[in-house]
Amino acid sequence: MTTYIVRRLLWMIPTLFFVALITFVLMHATPGGPWDRDLSARQVDARTQELLNKEFGLDKPLFINTEGGNPLDSQFFNYIGGALQGNLGPSYRQRGLNVEDILFKPPEGKPFWDSKFGYSLRLGLVSLAFAILFGIPLGVIGALRRNTFIDYLSLMISTIGISVPNFVLAILLIILVASKLKLIKIVQQDWSSPGAWVVPAVILGFGTFAFITRLTRSQMLEVMQQDYVRTARAKGLSSRVVVARHMLRNALIPVVTIIGPALAGLVVGSFIIEQMFSFPGTGREFVQSISRRDYSMIMGTTLLYAALVALANLTVDITYAFLDPRIKLDK
Amino acid sequence: MAVQTTTAAQTTTAHTTTIDAGAALVLSRPPRSLWRDAWARFSKNKMAIIAALVLVIFATIAIFAPLIAPHDPLKIYDGKGYLPPAWEAKGPTGKAGDPQYLLGTDSLGRDVLSRVIYGARVSLVVGIIPVIVVLLLGVIVGLIAGYMGGKVDNLTMRFGDVLYAFPDLLFFIIVMTALRDSAVGQLMNGLVLLFVALSIVSWIGLARIVRGQVLSLKEKEFVEAGKMVGAGHSRIMGKHILPNCLGPIIVYSALRIPGFIITEAVLGYLGLGLRPSTDSKDIFITSWGALMLDGQSAINAQPWLLLSPAIAVAIVVLAFNFVGDGLRDALDPRLRDR
Repeated sequence: MTTYIVRRLLWMIPTLFFVALITFVLMHATPGGPWDRDLSARQVDARTQELLNKEFGLDKPLFINTEGGNPLDSQFFNYIGGALQGNLGPSYRQRGLNVEDILFKPPEGKPFWDSKFGYSLRLGLVSLAFAILFGIPLGVIGALRRNTFIDYLSLMISTIGISVPNFVLAILLIILVASKLKLIKIVQQDWSSPGAWVVPAVILGFGTFAFITRLTRSQMLEVMQQDYVRTARAKGLSSRVVVARHMLRNALIPVVTIIGPALAGLVVGSFIIEQMFSFPGTGREFVQSISRRDYSMIMGTTLLYAALVALANLTVDITYAFLDPRIKLDK
Repeated sequence: MAVQTTTAAQTTTAHTTTIDAGAALVLSRPPRSLWRDAWARFSKNKMAIIAALVLVIFATIAIFAPLIAPHDPLKIYDGKGYLPPAWEAKGPTGKAGDPQYLLGTDSLGRDVLSRVIYGARVSLVVGIIPVIVVLLLGVIVGLIAGYMGGKVDNLTMRFGDVLYAFPDLLFFIIVMTALRDSAVGQLMNGLVLLFVALSIVSWIGLARIVRGQVLSLKEKEFVEAGKMVGAGHSRIMGKHILPNCLGPIIVYSALRIPGFIITEAVLGYLGLGLRPSTDSKDIFITSWGALMLDGQSAINAQPWLLLSPAIAVAIVVLAFNFVGDGLRDALDPRLRDR
């Protein structure tokens, strides 16, 4: 078990290396550099550009330094070296700030939760809580009352939620609920009040909620046909005990395993929702860094997201092994 | 064992021919092929049939857009900016709806309905072209990797691991950001680059599915029998193995299409998809994603600019999912209820 986890963790290194490599190559395939693309601002003159390039190490070769000295003294390997020490490099657009500070550092005197990443993580957790608290009961009821109105309702909601992307749902909800009914304010939210979180969290979590509903329902239907459920009923257990102890416990195994990736997916996939609601998280930072061509910021967020996804995939395999003793990981 | 008494000619035609006199077994229906069987199951699935009809309508609208659209999507009607939809007597801008512009107009006074109709074209090609590339690449690589095994297999699967770790949407965003201004990025207003990016990410998934199928199929007796009578590798792959993998291949492709359409919408919404054109010679003038981006800035002045492409995306994506699910149930009935 331990060897397996260690091996999988080590596998993350080449994977992330390649992610960084691909991102780096693509970012530098763009004509022009970070200084000349900001059309809205004053153009930087040649001399200043040279100095800036020198300061940020952009005058060095991209991959292999052939000008003598250390062959790894290049932009790419310097970045990787820095990233390994938790230094994601200075942002090209927000002068004087490092990428990791922008993403992870809370404002003075505030807890970690108030950093950009903390905000995104919190939004992801709230969405996940919504998805689980509503998805599992709806799936269970759908399976227990099969082919009734509530079952069809749960199927319909879950089909829509799985198929239709959340930003389209967000558009429909914002316009129908917010503009037409004037129930919520869209822009300039005060994120310190919990009420402001409800709408973005529900929209963000809707796809996951739908997926959990469907998964719970199908697993319940499968478990209901098992012999041990029949045995439990035959020996006279009340149906509540059968459902809670015999059916739910087994039906929820796959649901539990998707929680890790679901959280990662929610944090990674929130950028459009964050942008729409002007939510102060990493996703919005990512979207803005793209239009500003803030290379180091794009690299940093991409690496962060890739690491989250890789970790999430690892947790699936591990939770499976813990929950289902029939699965052996080290072979 | 029963002795087959009928001749080959009789079995193919007969509905009621007795095969085995001893067991009095009566063949009550003609033998059905997998495809007939699948079609029978698919046609019983009401939602899938309705969804398929929706898709036919969608494709017709996309192809015949110039005939269907009530206005030229590029024509600017002066003084008619931000008209509300026809049924609203007084829109947020104070103007009254005009039945000529069913869904109203955008900031420049262009007809929203016509633009949404033209946007269907982009979604149609974004759904189809990458899937063709994915089919070609995925099937060929999957077949070879599964059949040959060894180094080829290892290499493709490791490559796949890396691609899998890269969150899809991030990859698209980075590719589109980086290469948008390059020569490839300019082709067809950026559509070609989008096709390439979508294909790169998706073929590996199909290759894996095909490989898995091939791995189990190549141990089957009929492959051995084929080898015994002297069939070459390409004949075995093409004639014996490939037809048996078609089910999963079709289902994967069908369920991939809505993903492509959503990706286009997301990228368009971020301003990274198709560049909206102002040249009436272009076939692809605007996309639903690009329309939503337009609509976002006019959310208060003309909500239907944002709503109509969003509804269009939702309907088409739902329809593709229903058809995909229907195909899966039809081709692999064991998976039903999942």
